[in-house]
Order: sequence, then structure tokens, then C-alpha cells
Amino acid sequence: MSKRIGSAISRRSFVKSAGLATGSLLVGIHIPASSEQKRMPLQQTLMNSFIRIDSDSTITLLANHSEFGNGAYTIMPMMVAEELDVPYEKIRLEPAPTRPEYYSPIFREYLTAGSVTTGSCWIPLRTAGAKARAMLLDAASIKWDQPSENLYTSDGTVFTKNSQQSATYGDLLHIIHADGILPREKVDLKDPSKFRILGKPSRRHEAPSKVDGSAVFGIDIKLPDMLYGSIARCPVYGGTAKHYDASASLKIPGVVKVKEISAGVVVLANSNWAALKGRGALKIEWNEGPNSSLSYDFFFQEYRDLANKPGIVAENIGDSIASIELSDNVIESVYEMPYLAHATMEPPNCTALVTDDRCEIWSGTQSQSNDQKVVAKLLGRPEQSIIIHRPLMGGSFGRRAAKSADFTVNSVEAANGEGVPVQVIWSREEDIKGGHYRPLFVHKLRGAVDDDGMPQAWHQTVVGQSIMDGTRFAPAFMVNGVDLYSVDGCLQEPLGLFRYGTSYQIPNHRIECHNPPKIGVVPMEWRSVGHSHTGIAYECFLDELAAAGGKDPLDLRIALTKGNPRMHKLLKLLKEKSNWVKPIGKNKGRGIAARVYSVSPIAQVAEITMNENGEFTVDKVICVVDCGFAVNPLGIEAQIEGGIAYGLGAAAFGEIELHDGQIKQSNFHDYNVLRIAQMPEIEVHIVSSDEPPTGVGEQATTPIAPAVANALFNATGTRVRRFPLAKSGLKLV
Amino acid sequence: MLTLDINGKKQPINSEPDTPLLWVLRDELALTGTKYGCGIAMCGACTVHMDGEPVRACAIPIEVLGNKKIVTIEHQKKDGLLSLVQEKWLEHDVAQCGYCQSGQIMSATALLNENPNPSDQQIEAAMSGNICRCGTYQRVRNAIRAASDTITENASL
Ligand code: FES
Ligand code: FES
Repeated sequence: MSKRIGSAISRRSFVKSAGLATGSLLVGIHIPASSEQKRMPLQQTLMNSFIRIDSDSTITLLANHSEFGNGAYTIMPMMVAEELDVPYEKIRLEPAPTRPEYYSPIFREYLTAGSVTTGSCWIPLRTAGAKARAMLLDAASIKWDQPSENLYTSDGTVFTKNSQQSATYGDLLHIIHADGILPREKVDLKDPSKFRILGKPSRRHEAPSKVDGSAVFGIDIKLPDMLYGSIARCPVYGGTAKHYDASASLKIPGVVKVKEISAGVVVLANSNWAALKGRGALKIEWNEGPNSSLSYDFFFQEYRDLANKPGIVAENIGDSIASIELSDNVIESVYEMPYLAHATMEPPNCTALVTDDRCEIWSGTQSQSNDQKVVAKLLGRPEQSIIIHRPLMGGSFGRRAAKSADFTVNSVEAANGEGVPVQVIWSREEDIKGGHYRPLFVHKLRGAVDDDGMPQAWHQTVVGQSIMDGTRFAPAFMVNGVDLYSVDGCLQEPLGLFRYGTSYQIPNHRIECHNPPKIGVVPMEWRSVGHSHTGIAYECFLDELAAAGGKDPLDLRIALTKGNPRMHKLLKLLKEKSNWVKPIGKNKGRGIAARVYSVSPIAQVAEITMNENGEFTVDKVICVVDCGFAVNPLGIEAQIEGGIAYGLGAAAFGEIELHDGQIKQSNFHDYNVLRIAQMPEIEVHIVSSDEPPTGVGEQATTPIAPAVANALFNATGTRVRRFPLAKSGLKLV
Repeated sequence: MLTLDINGKKQPINSEPDTPLLWVLRDELALTGTKYGCGIAMCGACTVHMDGEPVRACAIPIEVLGNKKIVTIEHQKKDGLLSLVQEKWLEHDVAQCGYCQSGQIMSATALLNENPNPSDQQIEAAMSGNICRCGTYQRVRNAIRAASDTITENASL
């Protein structure tokens, strides 16, 4: 006995000194701070940053990534459960607090974005599970005086090899406390051939609460004495109230107070309905500010002009300019993409309580550390005093990662000085007109095709507002004055943070970029970010080059990806699965697009039917994807289906129009989104490999627009270069 | 003060008579499964049943309801059609963010109640008012077909 305890102690001191030596240990895995452990009720044990076990064997995962439909709350418990030997369905999830130890190792922020969640969690969460299991084995080994090799675990219980003795995980906690058992310094992770959970199609963890209405989204937060707020905003984004008259509002039963905040004038009431009516009764004279003269026609014109001028060179391989100059088969095109709203199903909302010594926020956010920093600065308080509770989110697509933390700030300002919680729910109109959009872009492309019909030179000039310039994230994303998010998806080689290129090899490849001043609205990430526009321009223009060179567009892509075995293999599979060589029939067309986003290669063939009067249907989409080891095939398929629906709706009719400073669209009747009848049949082929897992949340959004546009060309012989397609008289039905 | 018939229970209501049913359900009765998505009957997130018909709670002031029976997603009746649809929804792993799903399920249940064996076109027509920004439509279709198959099988037993 004494020998074992001795070894436990020596291991403990070793782990501690190793921790000091390496500074941070493995990402996210730290030894429970003794003060923290002491603060926990005796029935609970914090095994490490991510896992807490209760004496009734309840296992809680402290989740440091957000769930907004992306499936994070399913893959995270799957990873822990695999190593901890419990069913993943039995693991509870609780949002981890907003502390640096929970920051994403990739972004160094508490942030769920960029389709990197699966990759970021892959090692830390499995390690956390394995370390927790090892502590339980060490405890059982003391309990039964058996070496841990003689023990095994199954379904939340430790057994002796002969199965004569068993103890649930909860039963062993007191030994962990009494003997001061600490995590082993090193644990072996399961070999993938032994996986019982990872790699198996697994249903969404929180799905039961989403079919009976019990799931709690931000909008569902109810707190004692809570007031509801509704904000009247200037019709021109960025404008302020010059003067307002609240007398009629204050007469409405239930209206408690009217006050000015930075976003406009907020009505506080004891019901949503009273707040809405109160808002309607306000008389406000606005100071519209400098944006009132802006129109998107002006931006398009200016950007078209800029596209003809040299920009900052983001990539220069070979000599595109000379090669195009010398070629007698040169193609030139301009592609234009509009502003897009995210239109998350759950509109932005946030609940806040601000007292003298407390600020608590209930906010569906992708970007917790950013929100914490913004609010701390706003209130002039220390960051750690801002407590963020994170409910489920009704979609996000980038919207809930606003660097301005706009909807959170709205609620904090509305709650400041009230002493009671205030919930501000944006109306759909506020959301659509909310000034946070995928920026509009103009791409000018020139290309040359050689005598064999192969693309010889590519010269693309990208014009659009930067998302990252001027934000806290600029140092990581701005390279030589170019926002990586403006050019991601057209670079042939990796650059900066982005560790992948297009997968094609074109001998002369030049990308230039203009990031004009950020005026008018706030440019934002929108599912697939840069690819949402570069993908369209690149894949449609590549189709143009294929036609100019007399090449089959899929065969051309296969030929161009010889240097990228993953994409090359994927495209061959797609050719087979889509019956590409089989004639498709009258009025029908097929189009292809292939993209690499956040490391994962993905490619799609869209099949369309062209009907009368510009009406068309997208009948089927065949999608192939290689996201490394496929952690949850069922979830991957869901993300692909969803990504296609999101991208298709935007390609077909997504557009926010800005006229004289005002946004024309206001709700789902004029900001059209995909509906069920327009949803194509989707067939997904996942190529699972031994590569570490990479993302799929945004990947499928990118290829669908160019695949459909290329299919329309295939059916009609006409190219669309202005998006959405509806702008060219093409109507998805 | 009005009285409403919600999920089989008579409920006295304090809200103003012009309040849309949506906000009464959510804010006064804490039945938050019914969601706000657009407020103008364009998205279906607030779909509930009124005497068995799918309606948009955001567009119905409570003063017009009278004795009509309102059923929301929270209405759990063992072995009812709603439970069957919910079960198929889980089997087909339909939900993503889940925000639209109460409305989807209420529309699907009303459809199957009216027509236990709908064609694809009828499914699309009945579900066209329910937006899903996560794009779960393919699984919505499949889950409705599966529920329909179960109903038809049980009927032929
Ligand atoms: S909220 Fe009622 S239909 Fe959209
Ligand atoms: S599941 Fe997210 S909107 Fe439908």
C-alpha cells in the first residue's frame, strides 16, 4: 500500500514541476487548481478543465465551443465519452466560463468559428477523457489493492478483470479526494481501430429538447423582475436620435421607461408587446449622419473602377501579366456579389443584468471572450467581472461573432442603471436592416488558355471591404495590408493563418486586392466568409476557361489537381457518383465546383432543370467531402445539407439593397430565403481518412452557388455574373 | 380578463386583448417552445394548432380566439400524433439549431392529422410556410414520410 501511495505522490510532484516547466501543459488540460477544487461541493470532483464528475456519477462537460446548429454539443461529448467509456448521450453539457484556459488554441479567443471546432477539440477533449479515466483507475487500484492493469472500465463503471468487484465513477470520487490523486502526466489515447463512438453516425445530443420545445435559447431566458426592451433605430445605419418625444409611449400600459442608448431609443416595459407598442408610439427626429447619401449602386460602380486598377498583390506565382499579354486566347469577366444578411432563425437578442458589483449577460454568442472584453471596456470594469451565460442559439452563420458585440452592447446599455435584468429582442426588421452584412464584392478576372486548352495564366482582382481591418483581430488576419478573408479561396498557395490553397495548379497565378474604406455598413463573416464570394468568381471563371479551352469542366479540374491527392481523388469519385458522363437530357444541366475551405476539400455537382420564363429547379446535388477522420457522419451530412441550403438560397435570391443610406429589405417577404420546395435532393459521399478531423460547417455553402451557375450555363449557354441569380431574371422554384 | 383554452386547460390571461397569441404564450404562460421569427406570418416559427388547424400565433390577437382550442409543442399526449411525429424527428435527426423545429413539427402534425398519407407535393405545400435557415428540409420530408408510413401501417393492421 505505502509503495503505491508513494508512487502517486511522486507522480504528482512530477506533474506539477512539468507543468511549471512547459508553462501551459497540453492545451486545456491543467491540474485542478487546489483552490478551485476546495470551492467545489464535496460531492463533485473537477477531473480537469473539461470534466466534472458528481458522486451520483453525473458527468458534466464544460463546453468551450458554442452550439448553434453546428453540432458542437454532439461531437464534444462523443470525444470525451470515447475515452471515458460512457455513452455520449449521458454526458451533460455546461458552457465553460469565459476564462483564457478555455480559449480556442487556434484563435486564442473563446470563439467558435472558421469550421475548426472539431479539429480544435480532437486532442484536448479525448485527452481530458482519457486523463479522467486514468484517475478513476488509479482510485480503483487503491480501493481494491490491484494494479490498474487488472482493471477495466465500461459504461461509467470500473471493474476488476474477473468482474468480481465494481464501482461506479461516482463511488470512486472520495478516494480521489482522500488520496489526493492527480492526473497522470501522460495518457495513451485509444487507437482509432478501437473506437466505439467516434466515427459512428450519432444523433444530435440535445435533439430531444428541440422536438418538445424545452430547449432554452437566448430568447427564452426568463428572470425575476425582468423588463423587456425594444429599440427604435435610425433608418440610416449609424444615425442617432436628435430629439425624441416619449409621451405617447409612456401612456401605454406596461411601458416603464424610455431612454436613449447608443443604438437609438429603447422602450422598457413589462411585456414584449408593450415594449413593441411603446416603440411604435415614439416620435423621433433622427440625425442620419454621413451614411445617408450612400447607395450600393455607388459602391458597385466605384468597385468596378477599382477592379481595373492595380491592387495590393496578395499572391504572385510566375508572371500572369506577361503570359496574358502574349496569349491569343484570353478571357475576361467581372463577377459581382451583393450584401447578404445572415437572417438567423432566432433574431439577435440578449438579456443583461447590471448592478453596482455585477454584470451578468445571457447571450447566444459565438464569440464570448470578445463580448466580455467589449462589455468590460464599455462599463469600465475588469473583464473577469463580466459573467456570460451562453444559452443555445437559433443559428448564427457568423452573425453572433460580431466584433462590435452589437446586440450584447444594446442589452447592457438598456440594463445599465435599471438594477433588474433587461431582455432586448430584435425584431426581424431590425435584424435584416441591422447593418451587419457579408460585404459586397466585385471580382475582375482575366485568364489565358494555352494551345492544349489548359489554363496558363490567372489574374484576379478582388474588391470589397475588409472584415478584419481596424478590429482586434487585424494583426492575425491582415497580411501586407490585405485582409486574408477577402482573398481566401482564390489563393493557390497557403498564406498566413490559412494553411491551404485552391488545390489547383495554374503556372501563372496573380491575385490582387483592394480593401476600400469601411463605410456605410459593417462587413462581417457570413458562413464560409471569403469563399462566399471568391468561390463563385473562381469556380465560374474556371468554367469559362474550360469552355475557352474546349475542356470538360470536371476533367479540367481533375487535371489541375494532380498535385493535391486528396482533391484529385475526391473529384474522380464525384465524376463516378454523379454519372457525369451520362447525357442529362433536354433543358437540363450539370455544373461542378470544387473548393478547399479551412483545410477540408469538398466538391459538388448540381443538376438543374430550366423551365419556362426563367424558372429553374435544382433537382439534385451530389457532394463529396474529405474532412479527415469523419467524427460523426450523421452530423457531417447535416452540415452539408444545411450548408447547401444556405448557399443556394443566397445564390438564388439573397440581396440586401442600400439606397440613400437605407436598407430596402425588411423581413422574409422581401429578403427571400430557401424554402422546402426549393430544396434539392442531396447525396453526400464522405471520404473518411486517417488525417486528423477538419471542419464541415461552412464548406458546403461555398461550391453550391458556382455549381448551380455552371449548371445553368450548361443548360442554357448563358453565363450569369451578377448575383443573386434572380437579378438576371432566373427564378429558383 | 380573457380566458384561453391552451393545451386542454382553461387559462385566465392578464395580457392586453390586442396582444398576439405568440407573446401571451411565451411571456405570460412561459410556453417558450413557440418561437418568434418574423412577426408577420412569413416564417412559421410560431406555428400552433387552433382547433387542429396550423396557424401563426404571431398574427392572431388573443381577443379573436374565443373558445378555440390552442395546442402548442409543449402538449404531450401519450400515443398522440404529436408524439409520433416527435419520435420520427429524433429518428431522422432532423433538428440542427432547433429554433424552427417546434413550428415544423406543429405544421407536420396538422398535415398528417388532415392527410395521413400526403404526396411529396402535399408535404411541400403544407410545409412551405416554415422556414429553416439551417436547411433541415430534406430530413423534414423524410421524417414526415416515415410518420406517414407508420400511420398507414398501423391503420392496415
Ligand atoms: S413569427 Fe409567426 S410566422 Fe414568423
Ligand atoms: S433547425 Fe435551425 S432554423 Fe431550422
